Amino acid sequence: MFKTLVLAAAEEKAKEDELNPLVPHLAEIIIGAVVVLLLLWLIAKFVVPNFEKAYAERTTAIEGGLQAAESKQAEADAKLAELEKQLGDARHEAARIREEAREQGAQIVAELREQAQVEAARIVEHGKTQIEAERQQAVTSLRAEVGTLATSLAGRIVGESLDDDERSSRVVDRFLAELEGAN
Amino acid sequence: MRSLTAVPASSDTFHAPGPADFDLPGIFGSEVTKPMVLVVLSAVIAFGLFYAMSRKAAVVPGRLQFAGEYVYDFVRNSIARDTIGSHDYMRFVPLLFTIFLFVLVNNFFGVIPLIQFPTMSHIGYTTALALITWLVYNTVGVLKHGFFGYLKHQTVPSGITGPILIALVPLEFFSNIIVRPFTLALRLFATMFAGHLLLILFSLGGEFLLLHFEPRILGIGSGLFSFLMAIGVSFLDMLVMFLQAYVFTLLTAMYIGSAIAEEH
Repeated sequence: MFKTLVLAAAEEKAKEDELNPLVPHLAEIIIGAVVVLLLLWLIAKFVVPNFEKAYAERTTAIEGGLQAAESKQAEADAKLAELEKQLGDARHEAARIREEAREQGAQIVAELREQAQVEAARIVEHGKTQIEAERQQAVTSLRAEVGTLATSLAGRIVGESLDDDERSSRVVDRFLAELEGAN
Repeated sequence: MRSLTAVPASSDTFHAPGPADFDLPGIFGSEVTKPMVLVVLSAVIAFGLFYAMSRKAAVVPGRLQFAGEYVYDFVRNSIARDTIGSHDYMRFVPLLFTIFLFVLVNNFFGVIPLIQFPTMSHIGYTTALALITWLVYNTVGVLKHGFFGYLKHQTVPSGITGPILIALVPLEFFSNIIVRPFTLALRLFATMFAGHLLLILFSLGGEFLLLHFEPRILGIGSGLFSFLMAIGVSFLDMLVMFLQAYVFTLLTAMYIGSAIAEEH
């Protein structure tokens, strides 16, 4: 068998010399090159542009979507900010109104207090004036009455004896009693 | 070894598969060979499939378009943009995508039932691809830097001066201008060739062991094992098929990227 193998190998060797696989056939080079160039033309003309078109469209679609989302987000942000501003304004307004009301209330209370004081002063003044007037009136009428009384008393005293201390005191007592009785 | 000699030498001697198995005769006696048909078929498949996938160009991709975009994205972003840079890469995406699809489909012909022949195991096709890559990266480099500017760009490493350049410039020229297309063509060819040869070896060898080997017990056992190996090698080969398509495309992108780079 070994011999056979050697023989076979030798046979192969002889064939190999004719069929050196390392020597390219010109026909194969030409066919290979032509086919590759044809395939290159077809791929470059029909396949690659299609893929690139799909990519470009996809990129645009994604970018468009992102942009839309971004603008929506910005819109929402703006709306939120606006609402927050409105809310803040409203709070501020409410605080201002409260403050104003408090001030007004205080003012009203102060005014009323002042009015009341003025009124009280006026009433007091009025009372004082009235009292003064009445006192004046009383003094006047008293003065007239006292004059009359003094005159009548003096007349009585003079009519009786003015020497007798006991009598005079009796007269005065009687006079006073009369006075009280008259009243 | 003694038992091996018992193999009848006449009808059933096992011929180990070799390069001759890759030299397929023309179909119907014409000059057109199977790889020639396959290479055209691969272009039809690659274009038909990806045109169908990309035709709708929908914003929300369907299942088919999603699959197509997955492959296209892989070449466009992971290979082209990351290697060439986001400024210039778009110009080269069609070329890189074409190379990737072309190599991938032709490689996978090696495991597709009824086809079962990786076109790239014929060095002529890898040579064609390598030539195109070589022409493209040198052309864009010359267009960008001017002829002598490009030569300087490719052969004089930045930051190096003095007599060391006498040794470096020829080396750089050799490696960047001359060797690249050969390594590109050879790497792809050799991996596909070797993978397919292994597959043939394990399947033909398994068949021989199973049907003709004496003693029968040993022959059947090792034959079945050989078929198992063929299945294992098929899966390994599929990984290699994808990797080689990736590597070829990536290297093309790297060569283009370094040719049009501003600095080294």
